[in-house]
Amino acid sequence: MSLNDILRPMNLPAWIISLPLLAAVVAVVLPRTGRWVSIFIAIITPLVVFKLCIEILVHGALQMQVGGWQAPLGIQMYADGLSAAMLAMTAIVISCSTFYARSYFSAKAASPFFWPLWMFLWAALNALFLSGDIFNLYVTLELLGLSAVALVALSQTADALSAAMRYLLVSLTGSLSYLMGVALLYAANGTLSIKMLATVGPASPSLPAAFALMAAGLIMKSALFPMHFWLPPAHANAPAPVSAVLSALVVKASFYILVRLWLMIFEPFINPSTAQLIGMLGAFAVIWGSVQALLAKRLKLLVAYSTVAQIGYLFLFFPLSSTPQTAHTAWQGGLYFVFSHACAKAAIFLAAGTVIYAFGHDRINKLHGIVRRMPVSMFAFALAGVSLIGLPPSGGFIAKWLYLNAALASGQWWWSGLIILGGLLATAYIFRFFSRAFSYFPEVVEGRPVPKIMEWTALALALCAIFLGLTAPAVTELLNAGKPF
Amino acid sequence: MNIPLLYELVGVILLGMGLYSLVVYSHPVRKILALNVSGAGVFLFLVAAADRTSGPLPDPVPHAMVLTGIVVAVSATALALALACRIHQVSGTAPLTDNEPE
Repeated sequence: MSLNDILRPMNLPAWIISLPLLAAVVAVVLPRTGRWVSIFIAIITPLVVFKLCIEILVHGALQMQVGGWQAPLGIQMYADGLSAAMLAMTAIVISCSTFYARSYFSAKAASPFFWPLWMFLWAALNALFLSGDIFNLYVTLELLGLSAVALVALSQTADALSAAMRYLLVSLTGSLSYLMGVALLYAANGTLSIKMLATVGPASPSLPAAFALMAAGLIMKSALFPMHFWLPPAHANAPAPVSAVLSALVVKASFYILVRLWLMIFEPFINPSTAQLIGMLGAFAVIWGSVQALLAKRLKLLVAYSTVAQIGYLFLFFPLSSTPQTAHTAWQGGLYFVFSHACAKAAIFLAAGTVIYAFGHDRINKLHGIVRRMPVSMFAFALAGVSLIGLPPSGGFIAKWLYLNAALASGQWWWSGLIILGGLLATAYIFRFFSRAFSYFPEVVEGRPVPKIMEWTALALALCAIFLGLTAPAVTELLNAGKPF
Repeated sequence: MNIPLLYELVGVILLGMGLYSLVVYSHPVRKILALNVSGAGVFLFLVAAADRTSGPLPDPVPHAMVLTGIVVAVSATALALALACRIHQVSGTAPLTDNEPE
């Protein structure tokens, strides 16, 4: 069998899931080898994902029955432009964080559980983005939640354990609520496949209840206001590479499911005021998260609250896509937020982790003039901040631009006011840290030396956030490949 | 009233009871038990939903879902109990501390 046979387009989704899974299994059995296998897989998997993206750009959406078993009992995998873009984002963020983690953990006594859980998390994310049926999505959500919670608990401090416990309880409640929605949908329609559900005829009476249960569960898992209470402690207390991946990717996974179900199944049957309600929650999240970020005393907590605020923007997708003319713009804007926030927030969390690594704490008041100690990390922080605020030419700017267009074209000008206010608040909380980090301070702050790779991986992610703004045509073309509407 | 509908209703009631206890009680083990009761409610609903076929044989798909769901629930419960034990060892108290990190 040649390499071309093994990498046939139909097999790509299977490889993308099984490579990290394989690394995880090796890492459980042989912890020392597992670390190197994980790093090797972190180089290979992005290449396979890249091949899948090209394949989808050229030939459109891919569908695959695992093991040749047909639905409903077989597992159906489905990859369109949206899945491919999510997979690519995941590959970039996890790959960079893996190199960061290698240095971050080699100095401390690394837990033997980190690498298996890390790779399980990646496999779960990949499987989630490739799932073609709603029950499979439930299973991958649970796998994702369990590995994420265990990774938070690796910090071992009392705060981190409490945060992990709360995260676990929220995550399980969210999945149960989602599963009940799946049960209702199946009882009414007799199918689990998203594609088949998309073509079912008139709405059954249980459809609004199914949507309410699924949306509530997924909103809890995405930490949308007012269900965000678990996120700041969990993300602030986890080890740095884990925080980066949790904020950048894990909360987006449940948002992705909600968007996909909304577009393909629920939108025509649900009262439009529901979309406005979800948008209102998003607006509160933007304001509440930003204000809490302004008040935070610790750098990682500031960044975690910034995630709460940025999650709010994602959910503005629902009201902004309510008119047919703006649906497409809002869709692209929402996904641009997902991608640019993923790169920017991962970069910022990695940089914040470097600060803790060097100085042993992250109290913002005591970080005067640290730019001289770690110029590359602070440059990464600044570039990522540009994207979070939404200044050109970053990915965050494109996202806000698309949203503003959609808000004005659909006659909902009040959302544009919120987007501008959110940008101002983001400027305030980013500069609150910068004014100290970049201030001139006569004596050099004491701290231990930082491995170069930790600084450069953060910078690479920050540059991705900026380049997303320059490569908008290519990204939108990929998103449109086999688009869900 | 037919029997499957009764089971489905009981399932929904169990789900509600579990969620209520989850919110009301503060002890982690009670919360974990509450989640298990809710899970049992959802599974009961799914088992009863297998009756949707008109023939004598039930629909196998919901049963497959319940089996998968039980596996997930067992692993989740194991992780939750392990975490609860660890919290008890580290902090000396069982209930979750409410203070956010400063």
